[in-house]
Amino acid sequence: MTHQLKDGGQVMQVGMLARVEGEGGMHIEFKDGRVTDVKLNIFEPPRFYEGFLRGRKFTEPPDITARICGICPVAYQSASTEAMETICGAQTTPEIQEMRRLLYCGEWIESHALHIFMLHAPDFLGYEGAIEMAADHPDVVQMALRLKKAGNDLMTAVGGRAIHPVNVKVGGFYRMPMVAELQKLRPALAQGRDDALEAVALVAGFDFPEFEQEYTYVALRHPDRYPLERGTRIVTTTGLQVPVAEIPDHITEFHVAHSNALHASFDGQPYVVGPLARYSLNFDQLSPSTQEAALRAGLGETCRNPFKSIIVRTVELAYAFEEALRIIDGWHDGHPPSVPVAPREGEAIGASEAPRGLIWHRYRIDADGIITDAQIVPPTSQNQASIEADLRRAAEQWTDLDDHMLTHRCEEAIRNYDPCISCATHFLDLRVKRS
Amino acid sequence: MAPDTRPKLAVWKFASCDGCQLSLLNCEDELLQIAESIHIAYFPEATRAVVEGPYELSLVEGSITTPEDVTRIHEIRARSGTVVTIGACATAGGIQALRNWADVDEFRSIVYAHPEYLKTLDTSTPIASHIDVDYELRGCPVDKVQLVEVLAAFLNGRKPRIPTYSVCVECKLKGNVCVPVATGTPCLGPVTQAGCGALCPSFGRGCYGCFGPQDSANTEAMTRQLAELGMSNADIVRVYRTFNAGAPEFAAASDNVAAGGAP
Repeated sequence: MTHQLKDGGQVMQVGMLARVEGEGGMHIEFKDGRVTDVKLNIFEPPRFYEGFLRGRKFTEPPDITARICGICPVAYQSASTEAMETICGAQTTPEIQEMRRLLYCGEWIESHALHIFMLHAPDFLGYEGAIEMAADHPDVVQMALRLKKAGNDLMTAVGGRAIHPVNVKVGGFYRMPMVAELQKLRPALAQGRDDALEAVALVAGFDFPEFEQEYTYVALRHPDRYPLERGTRIVTTTGLQVPVAEIPDHITEFHVAHSNALHASFDGQPYVVGPLARYSLNFDQLSPSTQEAALRAGLGETCRNPFKSIIVRTVELAYAFEEALRIIDGWHDGHPPSVPVAPREGEAIGASEAPRGLIWHRYRIDADGIITDAQIVPPTSQNQASIEADLRRAAEQWTDLDDHMLTHRCEEAIRNYDPCISCATHFLDLRVKRS
Repeated sequence: MAPDTRPKLAVWKFASCDGCQLSLLNCEDELLQIAESIHIAYFPEATRAVVEGPYELSLVEGSITTPEDVTRIHEIRARSGTVVTIGACATAGGIQALRNWADVDEFRSIVYAHPEYLKTLDTSTPIASHIDVDYELRGCPVDKVQLVEVLAAFLNGRKPRIPTYSVCVECKLKGNVCVPVATGTPCLGPVTQAGCGALCPSFGRGCYGCFGPQDSANTEAMTRQLAELGMSNADIVRVYRTFNAGAPEFAAASDNVAAGGAP
């Protein structure tokens, strides 16, 4: 929607940005054909998680913080369990870590399949949404639903349910899934892997605008695997390596008036987390088949075009299916589901790679295990500054487009990030002003 | 082309995690069939397309936490035939209802450097505290089979067949071993409404009350039982005050324990 301002400026407006998780808006002002202001307004109401976590028990964050986001609850469960186990000096077993990774694979599969095919692909294929797309592309939509279902079924088998899994606790799990339960998932996961590997070529065939950006990428790094459920340090494209415990020394959150989600900076500069960052910093850790699928699809070992994030997500989707199969095939019954964790006074960070990027939690607990301080930094808040920077560049690069097309392009520039506004407010009314 | 006679569905969001509306997209086997019977007219999480109301059916997720929410929910009521609230935020205020027991100014300053930028109410309240609601579907999150049942009931003009008995009944039907009896694990199953399929006990864990109070919850007996199983008063207050903290039965039970009442 467009209207003229009294000063001769112009505002384009979309009531609510669609196909993102949560609610917010965008505001772009033009004067004399130049972009003068860009704001991503997050009006999703605050829920004050960090406030009411104070006074709760150290065993509660996996259940409580899962409720920050229905799409990526496992990201919250992983970061919070790791932080608490670090504070309490508890060592989990390799099998517990492997089962956490398997559950996380389920979340990556359902979240990536939802975004790639149902939220993002309609932009490239010219539809308002997946249901409208289903009439002309039934095969794509049915495949999407099948892939998403495989992810949800995996989460259900390991976690009890796909949204807010019940089987995760500080120290491990309440019950380990049995080989027989996991093997039932195998056919759908094997089909999912094959479909996802083929889909890499499908999405790489979409039309992508030239939009390479000089981002600073930040992602977790694990000594011997592509980062999901944990890592030992974060790495950046500027060459920094920071142990997880020292993340708060570099990442600072700050509050701006137009957003109910805190912004963040890395050593004072905007940065990007998410699939592009993860891929560009960990390409060597992908499996040979997913590396090959990526290179065959024309991706380099790094990717700096956010519109191509859909290809990277599909590569990661295939990887998550492969990892799930690897873990299931190597699984044996009889491993203890958890290790005991006794409270101990202290403070620690837990970090994992949510589908949308690095997430980290910091907790302080007292000797009785009562939380005295909590900080939760999800991916979308960390990406806000870069989303705004992309919007500014998109608006400048495509100023000549008519308002309808420009509005659409700007929405796409936001959807490239698969933003999760529910997460970020623990965002989108689109406005473009021209003068 | 024949006119579209399908009833129009709108999906609205207030303070929440998106999980309950995601449950609709998680109906992978039913979604395309649902879209044949109901015109998905407003569902921003799924589509840019917006069809103007009025809407025959509105699904409302989330709780009321801002002054704007109060105005918006009345507008939604006025534009909707049937209003169904989905999930613990919409039916009980959600986990964010913990602010109802706290100093919200302190919460604002803990989380945000500039609390003056925020416009929030001091309470998080369920939708039915503000407007007439035709049906409340419980759960944190809602169960997708129950969600499909609500849609089917709406399409057929009947009442949804959703049990209001306790999680204990589901455990018995499933043949679960009773976790408090067998292992001494505290469990809210006796006072919690069924619907999840007795998930937590199936994983050897006590129920933590995602579906809110059952239709005849005896919280006094529950509180005594939790104390006998070794929970401190502070632990019992916390266990009632989670995702359905604002449900009247759980709120009263927690207040009672906090005040030093039972056990």
